Parts: sequence; C-alpha cells; structure tokens
Amino acid sequence: MLFSFRMLATRALSLVGKRAISTSICVRGGHGVAKVDDYALPAYFDRRENPLPDVQFVTELSAEQRSLKEKEKGSWATLSNEEKIALYRISFKQSFAEMNEGTKEWKSVIAGMFFFIGMTGLVVLWQRKFVYGPVPSTFESEWKEKEVQRMLDMRINPVEGFSAKWDYENKEWKK
Amino acid sequence: MSLAKPAMRGLLGKRLRFHLPIAFALSLVAAAAFKYGVTEPRKQAYADFYKQYDTTKEFNNMREAGVFESVRPTGK
Repeated sequence: MLFSFRMLATRALSLVGKRAISTSICVRGGHGVAKVDDYALPAYFDRRENPLPDVQFVTELSAEQRSLKEKEKGSWATLSNEEKIALYRISFKQSFAEMNEGTKEWKSVIAGMFFFIGMTGLVVLWQRKFVYGPVPSTFESEWKEKEVQRMLDMRINPVEGFSAKWDYENKEWKK
Repeated sequence: MSLAKPAMRGLLGKRLRFHLPIAFALSLVAAAAFKYGVTEPRKQAYADFYKQYDTTKEFNNMREAGVFESVRPTGK
C-alpha cells in the first residue's frame, strides 16, 4: 500500500506542526535562523507525473482523523472501505480520475479561433478595397480568351488535361 | 473494492500486435487503390491517345494556329 512510503516523513511533519518547522531549524555558525517562507516548504500538488507528492494533503488532522491514523498502524484488514477512503482523502486531494477529467476549455478555444478568423477576414476585405491596386491587365476577359485559345493551339495537356476537354472538330468544349 | 491488478507489462507489444497488421493491410489497400484507380487508367489513357495520334496532322494544325517560331503558317 502506498501509505507506507509517506508514513515516516509525514508523521514527523504532522507531529511537529506546520508553523513549528521554522523555529525548529538549528542555528548554525552563529548566523541565525533563516525564515522559511511557505513557498519554500515541500508543497502538495495533484499531478499525473508526480503521483506521490512530498506532503500529505491534510496537514492538521482532526481528532477523528488522528485516531484513524492510529488504527492504520495496525492490520489493514480491519479497516472498513469508508475508513480506507478517509485515509486516502487525508493524504490526497483529488484522485487520478478527478484530476485527469477534461474541462470545457475547448469551447472557449474554438470560439476564440472563429472570432480571430472572422476578424482576419474583415481585415482582408478592408485591404482588398483600400490597400491593393487594380489586378494586372492579364486578368481581363479579352486577354483570357486569347490566352485560352493559345493554350488550345499549343495542345496543352492533350491526353487527360486542358486540351483533352476541347473538341477540335466542332470547335467547342466537349460535353 | 478489490479491483483486478491492471496489466503492467507488454503494453507496447500488445498495441503493436494489434495495430501493425492493420496498418500493413491498410497501406497495401491504399497502394492497390492508387494503382488501379489512378495509374492504370492513366497509362491506358495515354496508350489510347497515342494509338490514334497522327503526328503530321497535329503538327500542321499547330503550325496554322501560329504557335511555332521555327516555322511560320503556310501562306503569306
């Protein structure tokens, strides 16, 4: 059972108490005690890749929890299922199932995506109207007609592509 | 609360034994589909085209259309 890893360290911590740690550090070389900030102490966090955090979740145990911890020292077969769950909840905040469950964040992500794509579309439309000059003369219908005629004359892709779709006998596109 | 012990070993092997044959089969299917859907019809289309191809006639048509620089269209 995984409780056995954490018993020694956490029991020592819970006996000493959270506040008392800073005052129980020895004075070395006459320099005085460095104040230990909360963030410098081992912390509890629910992470999939760190399944056994440095400290148990519940730091100050109630009387009921303390008696349960005493019972844990004995044979585990005597523990009921509710007691086992209570011991788990002392040591851990969220189970793996709880910590891994998905959020609804993806909806915001999709919404943001659509919003910014829409904004970009508006910007592009504005650019088309106010920034870009006219397209080259090669896009005019007259020019395009001459272009297509020349491509057909050159027999561009006569097997499967462009000229293959033109009926040279009847001078029209194949049906 | 007695769950069965989950599988601890051989997970990758199990996954590979399941997925590799499927991947192999699907790749073969994809290759066959491309071969018989694309390349064979294309080869046939080219074969049919060039069976009926009259080189001289096509050349003269192109020449009359005026696309060559080495030969001008016949006539003035």
